[in-house]
Amino acid sequence: MEITVNDNAYTIDVEPEMPLLWVLRDELGITGPKYGCGIAQCGACTVHVNGYAMRSCQLAVGDLGNREVRTIEGLGTPDSMHIVQEAWIEHQVAQCGYCQSGQIMQAASLLSTNPNPSDEQIDAAMSGNLCRCGTYPRIRTAVKAAAKKLQGS
Amino acid sequence: MGRLRTITRRTFLIGSAAVAGGVVFGTYLAKRPIKNPLLADLQEGEAAITPYVKIDATGVTLITPRADKGQGAYTMQARLIAEELDIDPANANLTPGMPGPAYYNGAVMEEGVPFPAYDQSAMAENVRKFMHVPAKLFAMQMTGGSSTVPDGFVKMRMAGAIARETLKETAAQQNGVARDQLNTEDGYVVLPNGTRIPYTELASAAATIEPITDVQLRPKSDWRFLGKPTQRLDMPAKCTGTEKYGIDLTIEGMVHAAVRANPGIGAELKSFDAAAAESMRGVQKVLPIKNGVAVIADNTWRAWRAANAIDITWAAGPYPASTDEIFKQIEQVVDSEEHRDHRQRDEGDVKAALDDGDIFEAVYKVPYLAHAPMEPMNAIVLVTDEQCEIWTGTQIPLFVRDHAAELTGLDKDKVFVYVQPMGGSFGHKLEDTHVIQAVEIAMAIKGTAVKLVWSREEDMTHDYLRPGAIAKGRGKVVDGKVDTLDLSVGQSALMADWFGRLMGITIPGPDATITTGSWDQPFAIPNYRVTGYRAPTMVPISSWRSVGASGNGFFHDSLLDELIHKAGADPLAERIRLCLDDTSRKVLEKVGEISDWDGPSLGENRGRGVSFCLSFGVPCAIVTEVTHTEGRIKIDKVFVVVDVGEVLDPVNLEAQVFGGVIFGMAHAMNCETTFENHGAQQNNYHAFRGMRLYQVPEFEVVALSNAKKIRGIGEPGVPPSAPSLGNAIFAATGQRIRELPFNKQIDFV
Ligand code: FES
Ligand code: FES
Repeated sequence: MEITVNDNAYTIDVEPEMPLLWVLRDELGITGPKYGCGIAQCGACTVHVNGYAMRSCQLAVGDLGNREVRTIEGLGTPDSMHIVQEAWIEHQVAQCGYCQSGQIMQAASLLSTNPNPSDEQIDAAMSGNLCRCGTYPRIRTAVKAAAKKLQGS
Repeated sequence: MGRLRTITRRTFLIGSAAVAGGVVFGTYLAKRPIKNPLLADLQEGEAAITPYVKIDATGVTLITPRADKGQGAYTMQARLIAEELDIDPANANLTPGMPGPAYYNGAVMEEGVPFPAYDQSAMAENVRKFMHVPAKLFAMQMTGGSSTVPDGFVKMRMAGAIARETLKETAAQQNGVARDQLNTEDGYVVLPNGTRIPYTELASAAATIEPITDVQLRPKSDWRFLGKPTQRLDMPAKCTGTEKYGIDLTIEGMVHAAVRANPGIGAELKSFDAAAAESMRGVQKVLPIKNGVAVIADNTWRAWRAANAIDITWAAGPYPASTDEIFKQIEQVVDSEEHRDHRQRDEGDVKAALDDGDIFEAVYKVPYLAHAPMEPMNAIVLVTDEQCEIWTGTQIPLFVRDHAAELTGLDKDKVFVYVQPMGGSFGHKLEDTHVIQAVEIAMAIKGTAVKLVWSREEDMTHDYLRPGAIAKGRGKVVDGKVDTLDLSVGQSALMADWFGRLMGITIPGPDATITTGSWDQPFAIPNYRVTGYRAPTMVPISSWRSVGASGNGFFHDSLLDELIHKAGADPLAERIRLCLDDTSRKVLEKVGEISDWDGPSLGENRGRGVSFCLSFGVPCAIVTEVTHTEGRIKIDKVFVVVDVGEVLDPVNLEAQVFGGVIFGMAHAMNCETTFENHGAQQNNYHAFRGMRLYQVPEFEVVALSNAKKIRGIGEPGVPPSAPSLGNAIFAATGQRIRELPFNKQIDFV
């Protein structure tokens, strides 16, 4: 089976029902997407599939077809961050940080389709992403700050 | 600086020791120099200066032994050292170091208890007041009890200062200048003529001279990193997916494991049939382990899938089968003389006061709760005939080492624990059952590393929980004032449970965690009594963010709020009137000021509640505003005021405070762990929802600095959060909810 992750093509030999999350983490060593629940309740595993945020724990790799996967590693790097990541740093969002790959991928997906979301739209888009540390107030601020930057650029 | 010297002498000694190619010197945190873990892997030409600083030709390494579970401990520890060492922490290497006695928690040493010696700390109170501490506790490198800052505030800065002055002295001798003529700047010693000598060049020579231990800590006015808003050093990694948590590590040739242990925690495995599992793809081995079965496979998902395909018969759990039966036992002990554990507060004459008049009575209840940090328990273990290596996120590396040594039969110094960053803990990683399971599995495949990851379901059904508790409150008001407050709290003994599990000892005496957060509140009430009653040990329990105060904060403040309401007094004004501690009173006054408090009503369907709890030495007051809309509660805004003595990082402090309040409120809204057939019923986040972004209120946080002693802030936001929400719901709806979670009786937006 062939899959494309962060613009790289990989050949993998796994069961088609294996969740994308575990293909990424255990087969490809791409550990930015995190395991939190395995049942679509936390969003820690969020990646982009053809640009849209999806829960990689719910996506059987066999159903991926030729769609392209982007993980947080492919969104930006410490030396060249995505606008959302920059906002996250500026507002010092992360505590333990474990949920933040998912939060950032969710926010980036939101802003790519809706660069100027209302408070309600932010709430709606981000509420499937759990943060046990309670970083929410800064997530909200950072999403708004990133949106503002997008407007300006 | 007189006070500093006293603290210094009492809590640690300065010493030095020669090693090959250099010397190690600095703050030995013991009454005698003890074995230094840095010596083990020192290379020729390297010098290690203090257990917190290591300098070699390649750079400066700051050792930050307190675990980071999300609270920013690495950054804080690095800044404490760097402030005196004169180095930008961003240019230094950070490492948690190897666990070793030199890193034990100094607050432990100070009073000979395994927890920080705060007056109000649940753990410390318990142990200090009531039990004899076994000698082996004296070397605990543990993270907990909001202790990282209080523990490191003096000693880590001292380490930095000693290293700096010794480097200066080295440069002084080499250049024939007096030390006081020299300056330091970002990793360089600067000579009077402007020449800059990097610390790295001075390192090996610094190892050959007597360490300069007569140092003064810099006054606050000179601080560069502390007290200023700065950025956490781990932030870029955590925002780019490049932070490596324990669960992300791989070791060459590693295999993966899953376990299923008896849902009746602690009970045995009776029998199992693994035929189906063994034939599944990738499965290498199925083996029985203590109280369960393990599967070894070539990836996590295959291991889990195979584990779920095993047919298992379990022995019944060693405690009552259901939540109802468990709480029945707790209910029976409350106010039963036979089960009275302690009464640490007894002022006035409560008995006489409650003998006549209009007596208020109410019963409160809090549930058992899982920790459920986002990163589930995991560990990588490699066992050979010679040694055992362990990679895991843990708050108790020395217990992990000792338990692994015991199980493998290896000497303790042949067990190496590499502490990893943690994706949350909240007290979960004060336990090591999962690590010991991984060691057991690794022993069956010696020479191959194995990574064990608990599934979310395994994690949430094998947690050692926050204990459930029941409290009976009584009281009386006289002339519009609170006159009598009597609180009886019943719960199992948390410390006894934890010590028993980790140390295999039965600790004698009372367990103060039963009333921590209620008996120790800074109020003067004419007749005031708090009594703890001890329920039998049932489901295993442990420390959960804010420990005893997590339930007691709710009990005490809810009861006080009800009595104030009965008295017809203003909730804030009466708390202020009753308050006997200056620092606490100012916190209450400040929360009134920033919330524009003028009573609990905010108009139609709106209301606000105030609450207060002093925990871990930190007074914390909260005002919560809510709206009752279409039968649902919406939390609008939360004002929080704390006093930590000295704010070392205002940005991180704010995050810890609102994070703690959200943590407390989220569980109060909708979380509980219940039991049926001995097993925990809530096995994933769908049944343990917590707070989601759309429910999160606006926050305003203020930190005061009136307190004399510096305190940590990881926990104190939790205890007053549930009662402030409960008091606000009462103000908005007239409905007083005395049992958590609130959503059993009212819906939230
Ligand atoms: S791990 Fe996929 S949503 Fe939780
Ligand atoms: S930062 Fe810890 S779970 Fe979100």
